[in-house]
Amino acid sequence: MDDKVIIAKRVALELKNNDLVNLGIGLPTMVQNHLPQDAEVYFQSENGIVGMAPVPGQGMEDPSLTDAGGGYVGAIPGAAIIDSCLSFGLIRGGHLDVTVLGGLEVDEEGHLANWMVPGKMVPGMGGAMDLVTGAKRVIVAMTHTAKGKPKIIRKCTLPLTSIRRVNLIVTEMAVIEPTEQGLVLRELAPHVTKEQVIAATGASLIVPDDVPEMPIAEDPLALTEAVVR
Amino acid sequence: MKKGTSCIHAVELIPDGAVLMIGGFIGIGAPHRIIDELVRQGRKNLTVISNDSARPGFATGKLIEAKLIKKLIASHIGLNPVAQRQMIAGELEVELCPQGTLAERIRAGGFGLGGVLTPTGIGTIVAEKKRTIEVEGKEFLLETPLRADFALIAAHRSDYSGNLEYSLTARNFNMVMATAADKVIVEPEHIVPVGAIPPDMVATPFVCVDYIVERDGSYGR
Repeated sequence: MDDKVIIAKRVALELKNNDLVNLGIGLPTMVQNHLPQDAEVYFQSENGIVGMAPVPGQGMEDPSLTDAGGGYVGAIPGAAIIDSCLSFGLIRGGHLDVTVLGGLEVDEEGHLANWMVPGKMVPGMGGAMDLVTGAKRVIVAMTHTAKGKPKIIRKCTLPLTSIRRVNLIVTEMAVIEPTEQGLVLRELAPHVTKEQVIAATGASLIVPDDVPEMPIAEDPLALTEAVVR
Repeated sequence: MKKGTSCIHAVELIPDGAVLMIGGFIGIGAPHRIIDELVRQGRKNLTVISNDSARPGFATGKLIEAKLIKKLIASHIGLNPVAQRQMIAGELEVELCPQGTLAERIRAGGFGLGGVLTPTGIGTIVAEKKRTIEVEGKEFLLETPLRADFALIAAHRSDYSGNLEYSLTARNFNMVMATAADKVIVEPEHIVPVGAIPPDMVATPFVCVDYIVERDGSYGR
């Protein structure tokens, strides 16, 4: 299974019925493709919609209905359109249950850096600072390492997105929960060992004796492909 | 009742060096014809307050490519490599502002407030050189109001008096920007008789709008 698919599938299990959820651009957007059929989760997009849905069919796109990445979307029955002020009012005001964002670095205090690499890449924070500061639950969905280097480190070297401690880090190797005591290894991906996670992590990990396997379903498509090969 | 204004005339009102708010989110809900006319007339040294720098060749991205902007106040420039390049080369001054804070600073400017207190940015580089204020045991950042000489906004429909209705996520920053500039120029997709937009559907009341840009006359296309 592709690393990003593993991450998206595991994050999808964190979303509960009636949650209002904001998914960041890129990897986090994939989470919506892996929700159970009967999940009743509502998606907010900071450009101004509560109740975002995929475009219902080819040719049904409207240039005035997009997500925060500028991609075409649809809307569920009962969706609501809001302006930028109300959209961030929902985000900061405690109305958003979960935000899922990508990350460049997360440190032992659970601080996230995800909006700039000084002198190199300065996309800007967009809505990320408000999302991390205001959402009830913040989930970081990211690959465990970048070009072989750990992204989970002792102290962030890049400018922080917020000083709020994120709630969960989901990677293709593990699920890690930042707590007051430090980073706790909660789950291991299938076929991944504690030692491998520790080696790929640049921060101290609190490792309980029993670390369960990530509960992710095998991708039926991947299975089919395997059989065909 | 207001008179329709040609796009050419509307842009002629804007001097070099003006501070502009431009509606839109990655160009969705941006006043595209006004932007094209700004480029054609070559308005220079602009300060632009907009959510983002859109994409190359699209919306605010066109102003950046034509090097008409001196300073950009925005939350995101990540989808426009030209803006990134100009910023790193020092050709374009960029003030990055968290998106929710940007919306609230504009609202403060338009709503007569002395600023807003937000938890966003506390403890980050966004808080540098800004005052923090403790309210009921919680720390907030004081963010100052933003105003502009002109707000350039897009709407789905304007009636003859300037009451505005927006379409879906093309609403975004347009609604709040219509309150925060000395002169507000709207580029509507449709201009309809007064009453066609029911009062409950009016998102921006006519009192906020100064100029309605005429349709381009390309009927029947």
